[in-house]
Amino acid sequence: MKEETYRRPAPGQDHPPNDSPGYKSTARRAPSRPAVVLPHSLSEITGPSQRAARLDSGENDLTRQRMGEPLGERIIVQGRVLDQDGKPVPEALVEIWQCNAAGRYHHPGDQHDAPLDPNFYGGGRVRADADGAYKFVTIKPGAYPWKNHHNAWRPAHIHFSLFGPAFATRLITQMYFPSDPLLSFDPIYNSVPEGARARLQAAFDMEATQPEWALAYRFDIVLRGRNATPMENV
Amino acid sequence: MSRALTPSQTIGPFYFGTIINAYRQDLASQGVAGERLQIELSLHDADGAIVPDGLFEIWQANSHGRYDHPDDRRNLPLDPGFDGFGRASTDTTGRATFSTIKPGRVPWPAGGLQAPHINVSVFARGVLNRLATRLYFEGDPELAEDPVLKLVESTRRATLIAKRDASGIWRLPIHLGGAHETVFFDC
Repeated sequence: MKEETYRRPAPGQDHPPNDSPGYKSTARRAPSRPAVVLPHSLSEITGPSQRAARLDSGENDLTRQRMGEPLGERIIVQGRVLDQDGKPVPEALVEIWQCNAAGRYHHPGDQHDAPLDPNFYGGGRVRADADGAYKFVTIKPGAYPWKNHHNAWRPAHIHFSLFGPAFATRLITQMYFPSDPLLSFDPIYNSVPEGARARLQAAFDMEATQPEWALAYRFDIVLRGRNATPMENV
Repeated sequence: MSRALTPSQTIGPFYFGTIINAYRQDLASQGVAGERLQIELSLHDADGAIVPDGLFEIWQANSHGRYDHPDDRRNLPLDPGFDGFGRASTDTTGRATFSTIKPGRVPWPAGGLQAPHINVSVFARGVLNRLATRLYFEGDPELAEDPVLKLVESTRRATLIAKRDASGIWRLPIHLGGAHETVFFDC
């Protein structure tokens, strides 16, 4: 039986190491033994693509989930979900969550001394179209302090969750804003190998910016592509 | 045109919103074929402390061994009301429970069948990459022949095998590190 497989990332080139000393929480939560390399069977090449998940219209507009409009700078975040060959991942489910403009999450665990916004919840999702294109309307999240080290601040970011076509392609990541001065101080952003970090920065998009209404940012997400050859025997 | 992979980042402590709204702990509605199972996963750090801010996702075949996915093209029945996906966060005791059915066996590319198993993804604050592991069922005679378990050092296989307790719940502790560190897969 032959199955298509997904390409494996080259070690140390794309993803952060599990143990990243600058990010203190990794110390007790990073596995110390190497992962066992698993040939791809149906268990790995299938996955919860969530193509059948029912979404309400408007789940991609985080500024219209409450009675009024949230405070903050309205922005458009759009892009495409692609694989490593540049092919679209059609109908990919894209989930996002973020803090409000003041840097506070609508979450009981967030004790940062900044106001909650009754008009901002901070979660959204959308299904990409046949071209892998997605679009959210939201407000620009604020920076916020955390306790990783003295005077630690997270740069403004939006969390992204993608299933892709297979169990093997599952990805959770964070999108950052271009040229944020906090990026160079952030151990989570800097856990990523240097050559790959900039991929997590959205690009300012003047063409998609809507006059008199909102700035736009472009963030393309690239998931693992399929192997050209059907099987690798391990 | 070739494109570079988007790097992974931690889920962080404040995931919620759509992710929580899309929780799926009861995978099998009434009428779905198969042996009913209650599963309890728990998450522990390298010191054995519980991890109360983790997220588990599970993915499994139906009782016929068929995945609800276009790339599973075998002529086996699909169950309406069962897509094989579950998602739940750990509670204040580090546990998450799922109600599902026992998966059937699925083929192995080099031939033969795998033992029944559930694919598990683990996310948490302090975990920079999705961690993938599997849940097998203690007592299944197929375990001895399972091609994936054979890839794992024999002394570590037990970290992948859930045990059924007196109340009938299948329990599997997942350890991110320490002496009982779970086997994670590069998949």
